[in-house]
Amino acid sequence: MNDSFIQINGISKHFGNVKAVDDVSFQIKEGEFFSLLGPSGCGKTTLLRLLAGFEYPTSGNLLLDGSDITALPPDKRPTNMVFQNYAIFPHINVEKNVQFGLRKLGLTNDEIIKRVKDVLSLVKLEGYEERYSSQLSGGQRQRVALARALVRQPKVLLLDEPLGALDKKLRDEMQLELRTLQKEIGITFVFVTHDQQEAISMSDRVAVMSEGKIQQMSSPNELYKNPQNIFVSDFIGETNFLKAKTNSKDGEYINVNIEDLGSFKIKNNLNISENASDVICSVRPETMMIDREKSDWDICLEGKIKQTSYLGEMTKFYVETKEIKKIITVSSQYFDNQSFQDGKCFISINLNDISLLNKK
Amino acid sequence: MEQKNNTLLIYTLLYFAFLYIPVLFLPIFSFNDANYMSFPLSGFTTEHYEEMWAKTNLHKALWASIKVGVVASVVSTTIALFAAKAFARYKFRGQNISYGAIMIPFLIPEIILAVAILVIWLSLGFKLGLVPVTLGHILFCTPFAMLILIARIEGFDFSLEEASRDLGENAWGTFYRVSLPLYLPGIIASLLLSFIISFDEFVLAFFLTGSDATLPMYMWAQMRFIQKLPHVLALGAVIIVFTTFIVLLAFWLRNLGQGKEKAEFGIKIHE
Repeated sequence: MNDSFIQINGISKHFGNVKAVDDVSFQIKEGEFFSLLGPSGCGKTTLLRLLAGFEYPTSGNLLLDGSDITALPPDKRPTNMVFQNYAIFPHINVEKNVQFGLRKLGLTNDEIIKRVKDVLSLVKLEGYEERYSSQLSGGQRQRVALARALVRQPKVLLLDEPLGALDKKLRDEMQLELRTLQKEIGITFVFVTHDQQEAISMSDRVAVMSEGKIQQMSSPNELYKNPQNIFVSDFIGETNFLKAKTNSKDGEYINVNIEDLGSFKIKNNLNISENASDVICSVRPETMMIDREKSDWDICLEGKIKQTSYLGEMTKFYVETKEIKKIITVSSQYFDNQSFQDGKCFISINLNDISLLNKK
Repeated sequence: MEQKNNTLLIYTLLYFAFLYIPVLFLPIFSFNDANYMSFPLSGFTTEHYEEMWAKTNLHKALWASIKVGVVASVVSTTIALFAAKAFARYKFRGQNISYGAIMIPFLIPEIILAVAILVIWLSLGFKLGLVPVTLGHILFCTPFAMLILIARIEGFDFSLEEASRDLGENAWGTFYRVSLPLYLPGIIASLLLSFIISFDEFVLAFFLTGSDATLPMYMWAQMRFIQKLPHVLALGAVIIVFTTFIVLLAFWLRNLGQGKEKAEFGIKIHE
């Protein structure tokens, strides 16, 4: 497998004064399911459109499988795209839609028929050849869009929030199906989404983007367990932030002074060596324990439950303590919520579960 | 409630009477066996129609009108298609001003347009005839064509064109295989309406035709002789039927497939 199948070298795209993509460089491996994740306007869609050839970069260059595609128009690139709204041609039926991109490939009639048949069976759309877009459901349109792109056997499939228009249940199904499909055909997928759960559950690697820059690029697990800055930590899942100042370094550990809580020795996951630099400590809600009794954990705070919300598989608590104004924590479904009727509780934290974040 | 509905009904009937009674007189008198327009009617005849068809000058004028109409509608629709696409697809500096500039011939009194073209044409040393009439009609039809085509192209999902590029078609292939079929009802509607506008146009033709009369010019010339009035009435009646048919066809085409595609484009989400 080629580790630098797609090379994005110093790509910037400016629209007037807006830097939609700001000097981004990274590489995507061959056969990888790669996600670009970020909020609206972070530049992820622009980056995808740069790969497809609908936009040309202000600076930088793009290499695909060793050849420079920076200046190639979309019809000359070995990439195909699944559009956000699917963009199924409304004036031709499903079969003609799927055939659309085969005309210029110089295939024989038999090959065309075989390819269309194979790809329709791959996306489970046999029997829908004669239908028009207006006669299809959202999920079926999505499959047509997928078939139409895959039938050209592209080197890279670009997907622009393809699941955004589907309802939740169908979306969950399609996530699994897309993942299975990608493993089966082995084509490199570049997937754009604003949904962190979607990105984490499907991808081999995720690049989190904000304001035109990559904030962090790693495996989903690494992204969740080891976010590198506040933005990523806040965007992926939910967390509690505590302000702190660093003290002396101690091997793999560092002494930090957490505001209002005191001094603690925690893992130095950022490898900070300076004294007195401002950092943020993050504690995930699910690593804490909420209980009626005091515990012997490293930190145990007495607090009052301000609000609870029942989520089915768990209950979320918003707690106020003397030291910290707002802590979010969760308890499993087996926990007896009734026991907190007076609102008094104890929050326990292990030092191992506190991680350091860069302020930016 | 009842009372109010009646008032509205009466108003509506009066409104249509006002619009259509004058027009209906033409067909009525065109079948009347007399040389002048007055009641009581003196008898049914199709003689005026036979008389009309026997005039070779009329054939010449009809042919001239068709030639001018076809060229004017094709050229103005082509120009308007480019412009409408640009307006609907892109946002650019000076968009509103250029939109206004294209629409102005719509609002300038036709006689001023006619005099202006006449002066320029003659001062360039060209001869009057169907060519300047056609140019004038192109100028006059383009804003109409624009209005029709912009209405059709607005709301068009341009990601369809991107999808075509993505699937290996170049710009021309995309236009031919995706844009054109989807714009087609609008294009035909624009062609038909532009043709009718040109076909019915009098003022520009009056100033710019030399000896080759268009159909409205021919009718105007005939009106000076009382004995020729009946066959002009017959011609008028034919033109009314023809025009109505074309306009209805154009409106039907303009709306064709709109409902279906609107639903299609409904899922479009902007980031």
